[in-house]
This record gives sequence, C-alpha cells and structure tokens, in this order.
Amino acid sequence: MSISTTPPPENGTSNRWPAWFRKEQQEAWELFQFLPQPKRNDEPWRFANLKAIDLSEFHAAAPSQDAAALVARSSAHTDLAAKLVFANEVLVHNDQVGLPAGVLLLPMEEAAKNHEELFRKSFMTSDVRLGSKKFAALHHAHLHSGAFVYVPQGVVIEKPIEIWHWVEGENATIFPHTLIVLAEGASATVIDHFVSSRDERSLAIAVNDLTLGTNAKLHYVGVQEWSDKATAFHINTTEVEKEGVSTALQMNLGGAYIRGESDSHLLGEESRSVMLSINPASGTREIDQRTFQDHFAPRATSDLLYHNALADSSRTIFAGLIKVEEAAHETDAYQKVRNLMLSDEAEANSMPGLEILADNVRCTHGATSGELNEDELFYMMARGIPPKQAAQLIVRGFFGTVLERLENEPLHEHLGEILDRKLGF
Amino acid sequence: MSAHSLSIRDLHASIGDKPILKGLTLDIPKGEVHAIMGKNGAGKSTLAKIMAGHPDYTVTSGDVLLDGESILGLEPDVRARLGLFLAFQYPMEIPGVTIANFIRAALQARLPEGEELEATDYYAKLYAKMDALSVPRNFTSRSVNEGFSGGEKKRCEILQMAMLEPSYAVLDETDSGLDIDALKIVSAGVNALRGPNIGMLVITHYQRLLDYIVPDKVHVMSEGRIIHSGDKDLALKLEAEGYDWVEKQFGESGIKAA
Repeated sequence: MSISTTPPPENGTSNRWPAWFRKEQQEAWELFQFLPQPKRNDEPWRFANLKAIDLSEFHAAAPSQDAAALVARSSAHTDLAAKLVFANEVLVHNDQVGLPAGVLLLPMEEAAKNHEELFRKSFMTSDVRLGSKKFAALHHAHLHSGAFVYVPQGVVIEKPIEIWHWVEGENATIFPHTLIVLAEGASATVIDHFVSSRDERSLAIAVNDLTLGTNAKLHYVGVQEWSDKATAFHINTTEVEKEGVSTALQMNLGGAYIRGESDSHLLGEESRSVMLSINPASGTREIDQRTFQDHFAPRATSDLLYHNALADSSRTIFAGLIKVEEAAHETDAYQKVRNLMLSDEAEANSMPGLEILADNVRCTHGATSGELNEDELFYMMARGIPPKQAAQLIVRGFFGTVLERLENEPLHEHLGEILDRKLGF
Repeated sequence: MSAHSLSIRDLHASIGDKPILKGLTLDIPKGEVHAIMGKNGAGKSTLAKIMAGHPDYTVTSGDVLLDGESILGLEPDVRARLGLFLAFQYPMEIPGVTIANFIRAALQARLPEGEELEATDYYAKLYAKMDALSVPRNFTSRSVNEGFSGGEKKRCEILQMAMLEPSYAVLDETDSGLDIDALKIVSAGVNALRGPNIGMLVITHYQRLLDYIVPDKVHVMSEGRIIHSGDKDLALKLEAEGYDWVEKQFGESGIKAA
C-alpha cells in the first residue's frame, strides 16, 4: 500500500510514542490528506518537477534485513563523541563513549516520553513555509524514531556526534529526523549521514530542527548520499537566539530528485546563521532548493553560500528569500548561489529575493553561472594534469571554497575527504 | 639540432588572422640557459604559450622538437609530462585547490596507471623545496595563487618547477613584478635547478634578471623572429644602448638592406 494512503497506526500494539504524540500524528495525517498536492502555479514549486513528487509508488519500509552490515558500513569519522545508527528508522547502534555529562542523545520517542517539555518546545514548532508543509505533515504522521540531541547550558562537546540514517528496500519510505537543542552557551558538532543500503529507488522525507539558545554554537552537516535513484525531501528549520551561531552545511552527493528547504529564523540580537550547500549534480539528477533568511532581531547576520556544479543533463533550482522584519535594524544578510556549468544540457534556475521592512540594513544577494575557466584549465594542463582531472580539481576547488566557510579545520578536512571519494579522487 | 635539445624550427604562428611568429628558429641544448630579450610586443610571451600548447594560437608552419620529437600535435598536458615546463608570467588563481593537492595531482599524472604517489616522501620533498625558496610551509594548504603577492606567485612557479623536475623550462617574465629581494630568492631557486639535465629559456624584458641568472646565450626577438644572438654581454649592451641599433642592424629593414 502506498505511503500516501497509509494512515499511522491508531493506537497500535506499540506504545513506543506517548499518547499525546500519537494524537498529534493522527492530526498530522489529517493535515496531510487535507493539503493539496503542489501544483504547477504554486510559487514555492516554480520550475519544480512535479512528477518527481508523486509518492504513490512508495510504501512503508520493512525492517532492514541485515542491520549489522549497515552498522559496519556506518564508518566515516574516527574520533567521535557519539554515534547513532538508524536502519529503516530503527535504532540499531548506540555508542556514546565521548559525551560529556548532562548531554542527552536519545531516540526521539524516548525523549518524547521522558523529556516531554523539552521535546515539545522544539519539535516541528515552526510552520513549514517553503512549500513542503504537506510532506512535513506526512513525516510527522509516520515518524517512527529519530535522534534527539540536547546539550545543557555551558556544555561544550568538542568531538562530532554522528548520526546515520539508512534506507533499504525497493520503493521503501523512511522519515529521518534529527532534533538538536543547544541551551545557553552550549556547543556541538552534529553530522547526519543519509545513505542507501543498495542501489534502489526509495523515498526519504527528512526533517531537522536546530534550536540554538543564547550564545550557543552549532556546526550541523547533512551528508546526503542516497542512491542515484532516490527521491528525498530535506526540510530544515533553524532558530537562533541572541549571539548564537549556527553553521549548517548540506552536501547533496546522491539522489535522483532532491528537494531541500532551509528556513533560518534569526530571533535574537547579533545571532548568526551560516547556510551552506554543496551540490554536485550529474546524470539526470535534480536538486531543488528553497531557502529563507528571516531576520527578526537587530544586528543579526545571515550568510548563505550555495555552490552547484552541473554536469550531463542535471538540473538545479535555487529560490532564496532574505526578509528583514521591522525590528531587525542593522541586519547584515548575504546570499550567493554559484552555478558551475559543465555541460550544455544542464539547467540551473536561480531566483534570489529580498524583502526589507527595516531601516539601515545591509543585504546583498546574487546568482552567477559560469563555465570552466579555460585559462585555469590551460594552467593545470601545463603542469601535466590531464584535462579531465584538471576539471575535477577545479570542481573540487569550487566546493572547497564552501567547506572553508565552516571555519572548523578538522571538520573541513573530514568532509573534504568524503567529497574527494565521491568525486573520484 | 640535437637529440638533447629543445629546438624551434622556422616557427610561424598566429592568433586569429594575425601572424605573431614569423619564422623563429632557436636551439636550447640541455645543460644551457638561454635568454630571449626584446621589446614589448615582440612576441616573447606568445612564443612561450605556443610551446606549451595554448589553444588560442595556431601554428601555421615550422616545428617544435623536444629531444628530437615534434610536440606540436600534442596536448599541453602531454607536452608537460614529456618534460616541458612553463613558468607563467601571470599564474592563474585556482580557488579552493591547495598548492599541495595541485602539485600532487601534477606528480600523480606522471606515474603509471594504478601507481600511487607516496605521501610521506612527497611532503618531505615539498617542504624541503619550500624551505629553499623561502615559501612558508603553511602555504601548502592555501589555494593556488589566491591572494598571493606577485613575489609569492613567482616563487610558487619555481616551487612547481623544482617539484616537477622538467627537462626543459621556459620562464616567462619571471622577474616582472618582483622587488630586488624577491628577485634574488627566485633567481637563487632557478640557479639551484641549473645543471646538465635541464635546458632553460628565460624570457625577459629587462637585463636585471640576467645579473642573477647568468645566461649562456642571449637572443634578441623582434617582430616574431630571433634577429640576433650573442653571449651574456649582449644583454648588457641592450641595457645600455636599447634595442634600436640591433633592430636597425639585424631587423626586418636591416635584412632587406643587406
């Protein structure tokens, strides 16, 4: 049965989730059914491939056949604070060796039961307003598990927390979720890995909520390596209080159709949100990204940098809005998308936007498209590097300039290695 | 012409319809350093780019031979792997590609298929060459030429040359944009690479560089040809007296008169 016609279990035999959450799930299911499928003329779906978001052939995922093998394959960073592995939304590995006292790293249903107030305060509290409200409702209705991260006041986690989300099964659907709450002055690095067990068609509707208290610092990275046949939604909300700094990077290294929505709320004075994305598109891959930098408070900064490299007949869409609300004086907002066109058949659509309701602000936005620089190519070839490798190096460099923005050398290096492997170095 | 030389034979080349090289002949034996001097617009830098295989230029006749084999039909990267090196007058910036990765890719391209460059040896050699050229070691993680001063760019060109160990090197205005201290460092780097296994062609506008890189031969280029050759004293004479006398005596008008 299609996931889009499968209601969540009424009460079921399981009491994994508390009753209040199961009630929410029923409401979310009703909302999903009520909301219309996106149509051609809907602004948030301009240029989008609406055929790609027909969910009728996808069904609920069965438990993974070989979770142990997936755990063994969940290996990227060697020096971690903790690692969780989910296989088809079931927590199959939980290693918390390096977590400081007081930090909570739990499967979400456990957090909902035992830390209800904390959970409710930050779980999908913001309106999904960049187009995928219907799909977020389906996520909410079917959510089976996910990662809940809470870092208490003043606690700094030096090493990364790694969370793996595996999907397995032809036309299987999963709903990965990562919820991160950093209390005042807390600091953490979280890397979400999204991976397919096999070269299969699948659907993922992933949500992450990033909540940063006063002066909290978060590095969040989504390493998306779904199979080249996968459809995926990645829906992000980031809320930053006074002087908090969120640096979030989405690397889209896989997938046939990827819809990304990233919504940053700059709630406190001098808060900062850095929004980064690395998108190597090849074959017929489509990467459709919608962003929102919403400034509510004075002297906050947001800085968006998306780099797309388009080969073959791939396609990208970027639509980004910077909005400066009335109170947000002295906002400093920056938005830049760069498309590196590697093929005549590729297509990049960029729609930057600005809406300014306050005085004395600095906002810059822009989108550029260009081909490989012939002089750079010649320079590299004059060193003996064959043209194909030279082009690869230039593309790697193009993405490397995004990684530099992380301002976190070990993380930069680690992600650089993942990128190298994916780009074939 | 010998089997151990970089040999340019009656080379004619143009960009679009405009002829730039008009029958240039030059022989640089391995083990020697030759200098080409000439006024702006003489075609010096064009010659360098054509030898390296820049796609903007068309060779209409003549040949360039590396150890007796024509390289004109070869792609720039193949020429480089055969042992030809060009130090650029204006080295390109490559955002996001570190110097270490760039040079490693160039060395890797010279290894047989399936063979991997040994990382420890590579870095040991790289650091030694960097120290010799006074290039700070933290440059390895900086993007190629991005935000470098003129002197840093030229030092990095020589660093690449030192790492790639070419059999023939063309240095295109390596002195341009350098102050005297940077010039000394770069020249010392070049001199350290001199020897029986390399032939060098130093292209320069000013005699100053040749005080530090003393050439075996000096050639004067004018209107796309070598019009006169001599030993290192020719450079001093050009510096003192300018180019007019040599163009009058040996240039197109001079030849016609003869």
